[in-house]
Amino acid sequence: MTVIVSQLFTGVSIGAVLLLIALGLSLTFGQMGVINMAHGEFIMAGAYTVYVLQKVITDAGWSLFVALPLAFAVAGLMGVLLEVLLIRRLYARPLDTLLVTWGVSLILQQLARDIFGAPNVQTRAPDFLTGNIKITDDLVLSNNRLFILTLALAAVVALTVALRYTSLGRRIRAVVQNRDLAAVSGIATGRVDRLTFFIGSGLAGVAGVALTLLGPIGPTMGTNVIVDAFLVVVAGGIGHLKGSVIVAFALGTLQSLVEYSTTVSVAKVLVFVAIVAFLQWRPQGLFTLRTRSLA
Amino acid sequence: MSGLVVRDLRVVFDGFAAVDGVDLEVAPGDIRFLIGPNGAGKTTLVDAVTGLVKATGSVRFGDDELLGRPVHRIARMGVGRTFQTATVFEELTVLQNLDIAAGAGRGALTLLRRRRSVPVSVEEALETIGLAGLRDKPAGALAHGQKQWLEIGMLLVQDVKLLLLDEPVAGMSHDERDATGALLRVVSADRTVVVIEHDMDFMRSFANTVTVLHAGKVLSEGSVAQVQADPAVQQVYLGVS
Amino acid sequence: MTARYSWRAGVGFAVGAVLLFAVAPVALSDFRLSLLAKYLCLAMVAVGIGLAWGRGGLLTLGQGVFFGLGGYAMAMHMKLADAGPGEMPDFMQLYGQLDALPWWWRPFASPWFALPATVLLPMLVAFLLGSLVFRRRVRGAYFAILSQALAAAMVILLIGQQGTTGGTNGLTDFQGFFGYDLDDPVNQRMVYFIVAGVLLLLLAIARQLMLSRYGELLVAVRDSEERVRFLGYNPANVKLVAYVAAAGMAGLAGALFVPAVGIINPALIGIVPSIEFVIGVAVGGRATLLGPVLGAVAVAWAKTALSEEFPAAWTYLQGLLFVLVVAFLPGGLASLVRMVRRRRPPPDPAPVSPAPVVSPQEVRA
Ligand SMILES: Nc1ncnc2c1ncn2[C@@H]1O[C@H](COP(=O)(O)OP(=O)(O)OP(=O)(O)O)[C@@H](O)[C@H]1O
Ligand SMILES: [Mg+2]
Repeated sequence: MTVIVSQLFTGVSIGAVLLLIALGLSLTFGQMGVINMAHGEFIMAGAYTVYVLQKVITDAGWSLFVALPLAFAVAGLMGVLLEVLLIRRLYARPLDTLLVTWGVSLILQQLARDIFGAPNVQTRAPDFLTGNIKITDDLVLSNNRLFILTLALAAVVALTVALRYTSLGRRIRAVVQNRDLAAVSGIATGRVDRLTFFIGSGLAGVAGVALTLLGPIGPTMGTNVIVDAFLVVVAGGIGHLKGSVIVAFALGTLQSLVEYSTTVSVAKVLVFVAIVAFLQWRPQGLFTLRTRSLA
Repeated sequence: MSGLVVRDLRVVFDGFAAVDGVDLEVAPGDIRFLIGPNGAGKTTLVDAVTGLVKATGSVRFGDDELLGRPVHRIARMGVGRTFQTATVFEELTVLQNLDIAAGAGRGALTLLRRRRSVPVSVEEALETIGLAGLRDKPAGALAHGQKQWLEIGMLLVQDVKLLLLDEPVAGMSHDERDATGALLRVVSADRTVVVIEHDMDFMRSFANTVTVLHAGKVLSEGSVAQVQADPAVQQVYLGVS
Repeated sequence: MTARYSWRAGVGFAVGAVLLFAVAPVALSDFRLSLLAKYLCLAMVAVGIGLAWGRGGLLTLGQGVFFGLGGYAMAMHMKLADAGPGEMPDFMQLYGQLDALPWWWRPFASPWFALPATVLLPMLVAFLLGSLVFRRRVRGAYFAILSQALAAAMVILLIGQQGTTGGTNGLTDFQGFFGYDLDDPVNQRMVYFIVAGVLLLLLAIARQLMLSRYGELLVAVRDSEERVRFLGYNPANVKLVAYVAAAGMAGLAGALFVPAVGIINPALIGIVPSIEFVIGVAVGGRATLLGPVLGAVAVAWAKTALSEEFPAAWTYLQGLLFVLVVAFLPGGLASLVRMVRRRRPPPDPAPVSPAPVVSPQEVRA
């Protein structure tokens, strides 16, 4: 029994990480349809923000809390820059956007290598996150996993509130549903795009901060997570936050349960098979946004 | 020739019935115009007949039930359509467009070989739609009206028995309209034709029978004169909009 | 028209054959020639991508999977042939986890199984995945991401099964290729000739596919899949053919890569190399026949030339290539060539001016 519970907890915490790395994508890819392969490097930028910040603020606890908004801003600004310089020209060519942003991600990785060195670096975790909470003798929940879970849920709540109840959110949804109509209704679609991109990329930065708590960070960390992140959004369905949330936790749980009975690599492959099978059943993902376009 | 029989057709989008229990009979060889205000469900009706959207009820063409079959199967049964915005393969030439339309029944070996000569049906269609001189032009370079004709030409070579045309003369000049109407007469000689139109002059000149849709339901049906005299139709067209 | 095409194509193939079979072997040292063999293998993958992506719009970011399947199939056979009948390959003995050859290795001992498998295995996988996803209309970005995920999954699987796949090291240290000693430069040359011949063959196949009616249909599906459906075709099947053909080409490329380069490992087939296959195609011109080949060879050559001395500079350049070519020159270098050509007067001006438009009414009158 406790084994199952503790595997479930592992699953949920894997899901929380997946959710964090996919949340920004569910905005830029899910809402705007932009396939940004450099999203992983924005995560990396968030992680390195912690690393740099710890040189200034030596207290790991403080640096973590300063890093969260700072990484959001750093990654967000990188996102806006990317949107303005490149992506804006490519809205009609989604597949080409994918390749272009892949090029950007190569450049950013190399920049990280040149600035911080190729080997992975380690950041310090604050003391209050190194411990565990003991529920029973067999069931031990680690603090940093709990922290990441809290962070992921907080990000989801914040994003939902922002999309649903602020005027920016209403404008974002209007642009998603009908760009032309939104434009003639006086919404500055260009500005909405940039803001959306800022928030989506900023969330990648936050995810990067969270990843520093789980292990060393390095220039290629973005590549390692980007595929998972995209799979979550694809399976969750375009334009629906809740799809990504459900899929992230479902995949996390599946992974942890399969991992328990086989190996990590088999679990990864089975997760992929599960997604392909799932798309057979719901080709548009868990939730769909119906449109009428012929293409 | 076969006719189209639609019984209690319903298309529901998230609780909203875009087509709400339509019964429709188009006799073999008829030119039926489908009119109605914006959002009446005309395009959705055609979408349902051609398999693009899910629907309940029954749609029979000749002896075959169409509902529930995939789009390409319905097309192979001889049902063809055009779209509100002309969609042709822009990067291919006029000839290639027609050749593809003519070839749904081709076997793998024919497909893997090159086109050595122009099929007779394609040659005829090129003449009929008046694009013979432009056969090697990319379809993307055609004028709007020419694209619509190319679409009709594609239906001809596809050898469909039921043509469903969605606003074929929208955005056309006066001359182009007349040309399209003439084309319509030619193609309807041995086919059943359903035309969605907003253009009343065009309808008066070329319609054989008319069905008026309103809010997903059939409002009126009959000859042009009958429909025009129907107070319900006048109400919808003059009173409401 | 057709006659002129095939006449020109004939000359093109002849020139290519002379360059590959007569000029290159004389002009290049053994070392450079074997490098060229490697590039030509990568170019084979590019031919397939040009077909699937350039003509069919299927951005496949997982060609490494098929390259790898072909490569591993060939490598397994060569390992078993090196080890001799009934023996286990050296690396398995080294890890010492196994008492006997795993069942799925066994058939590869026979060349009659292994050789066809290098092509048919990738095609089978592409067929299965393709029929699933195309039929359910998974397309565009979704397809690209799924194909990329497939590459990721395959690499994880290979690395995880170290004992039977060689893990990160992959399969290497081959001695012979069907009885010929691979250390002998003469035999290396022979491998080069095979590679060059196969590339020309694949080009001929791709050309036939592109110029055939199927090729036109493929472009139609790329530009408007729904419209094709309304003409009575099932676009899923049309795409499937291109995808499976591209997979077969990648598999053959992988199979020849192994004797030509002497190694196959996960680093050669993962996400990164898979997307690198695409950049050569984009640089050369995705929708052309020769563009992908020339682009792939040029990019691979630039990589070798730069990446050893200036690895950082190479990564920046590669990134910039992606950005600049795809964003600002989507037709690749081939579109530059075409622009230059258009400046010059066309060779035979006869069919250029169209006949006056005849309206349907005039036709009837
Ligand atoms: N995919 C869809 N999802 C939701 N609602 C839809 C969808 N397709 C159509 N509708 C709605 O169904 C109704 C009927 O639309 P339809 O396009 O059939 O009208 P129409 O008679 O062709 O109008 P028009 O003359 O403007 O072309 C409209 O209110 C439309 O908004
Ligand atoms: Mg309509």
